[in-house]
Amino acid sequence: MRESKLWFWHILSAVVILVFLGIHMGIMHLDAILWALGIGSGDPVRSADVFRRSRQLFFMVTYVILLGSALFHGLYGFRSMLWELSLPRAVEKAVGGACALAGFALFIYGSYVAVAVFRMGR
Amino acid sequence: MSGPQAKETGSVKTVVFEVLRYDPAKDRAPRLEEYPVPVTKAMTVLDGLLWIKEHKDPTLSWRSSCRMGMCGSCGMFINGLPRLACNNQIVHLHSSRITIKPLPNFDIIRDLVPDLERMFGLHRTVKPYLIRRDRAEQNHPTGEYYQSQQELADYIQFAYCIKCGLCLSACPTVATSRSFTGPQGLTQGWRYALDTRDEGAAEREAEIFSEHGVYRCHFAGACSHVCPKGVDPALAIQLAKKDAFFGSLSLRKKRRATSVAPTVQHGADVKGIPKAPEPTVPQKG
Amino acid sequence: MRYRRKNQLGLWGWLGGGRWGPERYAYALHRLTGLGILAYFIMHIFVTGSRVGGPERWESTMASLSTPFFKAGEFLVFLAFSYHAINGVRLIFVELGTLIGKPGILSYPFSYSALRQRPLLIAAMVAATMLMIVGGADFYFLTK
Repeated sequence: MRESKLWFWHILSAVVILVFLGIHMGIMHLDAILWALGIGSGDPVRSADVFRRSRQLFFMVTYVILLGSALFHGLYGFRSMLWELSLPRAVEKAVGGACALAGFALFIYGSYVAVAVFRMGR
Repeated sequence: MSGPQAKETGSVKTVVFEVLRYDPAKDRAPRLEEYPVPVTKAMTVLDGLLWIKEHKDPTLSWRSSCRMGMCGSCGMFINGLPRLACNNQIVHLHSSRITIKPLPNFDIIRDLVPDLERMFGLHRTVKPYLIRRDRAEQNHPTGEYYQSQQELADYIQFAYCIKCGLCLSACPTVATSRSFTGPQGLTQGWRYALDTRDEGAAEREAEIFSEHGVYRCHFAGACSHVCPKGVDPALAIQLAKKDAFFGSLSLRKKRRATSVAPTVQHGADVKGIPKAPEPTVPQKG
Repeated sequence: MRYRRKNQLGLWGWLGGGRWGPERYAYALHRLTGLGILAYFIMHIFVTGSRVGGPERWESTMASLSTPFFKAGEFLVFLAFSYHAINGVRLIFVELGTLIGKPGILSYPFSYSALRQRPLLIAAMVAATMLMIVGGADFYFLTK
């Protein structure tokens, strides 16, 4: 069943996000603690740090994975919320299509940014 | 019936019943009316409504029948929760004001009477009856189906549903979605999927795992919280999701339905069971 | 003609409408935080997309977003993430049928799935609060 498959990937993408967003949040928002432990510079949004990470293969790949998983997880959840509001069938179909379209468009843009910055210094 | 006597039934206190009244022939909108009711220790909310009908306002309307929590007729929204009026003693609500409204998420016919057709219609969509490939056997049964005690225990709690509708009133998805099958329907659909005598899983799958099926449940748990019979619809729905999830990873065991037990003819020799003694009274036939 | 008066709880049924157990409110908060995170995430894709313009473009974007208002907004998103992620872990376990018990022969007073996983809910709330406190400390108090 189609809905079973979508929900299966909703759960799987949640697990993927837990891992990669966990790392991202750790780097971004536990920076003072990490700095006290000797990791990082203590200012993760400084451009030197941002571009140093962006040029590492590990971060480029994980950014793309995180982007895809988070877009699917968030937009499937949003679409499900809207489908529970007793909208007319045509509107429900349009909402589903719009979420899918927005997801693809944002994924292509975000991946382009990740790959372009990765290749900047090479 | 006269009012409760202080020396027979214990101390009497007065509790205010705030009841929603709505007569579609006369009222433009529902309104709340107050009735002070003398209450004794074992009086249920249903007893209170009966007292109002007998002493104060004979036009007050509601559904009730068994007055013992097994027919499912008297579901109402009492002090912030869907409850059975017969199953809740007034003193156990710990309030001097009892607010009674008809069950939410069902249309109101009159006063406290909900239109339960919504629940019955959703219930029908999951085909809540045993489906076997052998229709001839189902229409003209020759014997019982095998089922062990363990196989029975795996689904029997879901079979105790009395169709009271409290779970649909409690569910947040039912509150906004008209197409959601609802905790009652999904639980009954899964009850048959768990029943080892049933062969109709494929027929129910389209409804249970559809876009308005189990995936629109988000484990708010309110259905199980309010269920008066311990059916626990939330458990049935999560078990269905588990089955679909791990089934898609090819981990689910394939299961064949149980067969018909051979019928033992009266008086036949059965191995291990001693023959009955000869009858002492003349037998006919 | 059949008279029927509509009696749907509607969106109020998502947010409240009765004296429910904690799981129902946890569900409402999970939805609210999910919406907040999604809205932030879509903006975030465009904001971080500015690094394609090089370090100067990045620095100017970061400068315009370093006011206390945006910092507070980002902290709110961190709070939403803490709750949504940890409650989400609980939901993964529960919605896959674990830690909620098994069907069986029951007798009154009845236990049920939501009651059985309540210790897990409490543990999740404690863990989420601790994560929020640690994050808050990092946001506002700990400096290099």
